[in-house]
Amino acid sequence: MTAHQIIFYCLAALILITGLLSVTCPKVFRSAIFLLFSLIGIAGLYFWMEAEFIAAVQISVYVGGIVVIIIFSIFLTEQAGKETRSIHPVRTIFAVLAALLGMILTYLTVLNYDFVESKEAFDLDITRIGNAMVATGEGGFSLPFEVVSILLLSAMIGCIVVAMRSSITKPDEKKITQSITEIDEA
Amino acid sequence: MIPVSHILILSAALFFIGMYGFVTRKNLITMLMSLELMLNSVNINFVAFNKYLYPGKLDGIFFTIFIIAVAAAEAAVAISIIINLFRTHKTIDVGAATELKH
Repeated sequence: MTAHQIIFYCLAALILITGLLSVTCPKVFRSAIFLLFSLIGIAGLYFWMEAEFIAAVQISVYVGGIVVIIIFSIFLTEQAGKETRSIHPVRTIFAVLAALLGMILTYLTVLNYDFVESKEAFDLDITRIGNAMVATGEGGFSLPFEVVSILLLSAMIGCIVVAMRSSITKPDEKKITQSITEIDEA
Repeated sequence: MIPVSHILILSAALFFIGMYGFVTRKNLITMLMSLELMLNSVNINFVAFNKYLYPGKLDGIFFTIFIIAVAAAEAAVAISIIINLFRTHKTIDVGAATELKH
């Protein structure tokens, strides 16, 4: 067993164990921290697969962005030390059964499929990614790039509208009722 | 040399861990975290296919980049909805918001 293989199995164990702890830990804040470690393990797996750009994006977007947003929202909803409500044990058994059956089915399918692995070297040059991102011709990804940019813009506007709604309308209603009572008193 | 099937089995295991969490959890934030695990397992699959089966192409890498962008947008919208739900209901349990049921 070479060091390359040992690193893969260590990363796989890290990802799976912290992932499992993240979905089973009753305290919300702890499960967010376990999710953080699972995502770092996945970034390590991308480094192991020589996809350095994806690993950097994984660390900056997931570990630095989404987990921080999740931890902030845990604090905002005052759930940090609280234990979550557990569901009925029978339902847990059926959830475990469903996950195990799906896992076994996927395992058998993957083992029986004959993957034709290519012997070419994997060349992930950052200039290639940048050129393909804005290219319009063969192998170019400029249309999905534009679609994703519009999606991000609309998601950002949607977030602001959803999160601000109650704080904008409530004071206005108060003001209106106040002015109405003032007019009535006058 | 690790065969590609080992990486696929790892990502399948991670996907079903996420599915188990999504089914058993009742708290919206932890359900969102399970969803992130599932999206990440799909990303591992795309990068593994790109590296081992089609090393000359970039399709898997681009799918991964766009999935990460969509996941970031989805997480932001979901969390703004969760915070709004907490403001109106004082809880983020999925059983609490039942207005649309009746």
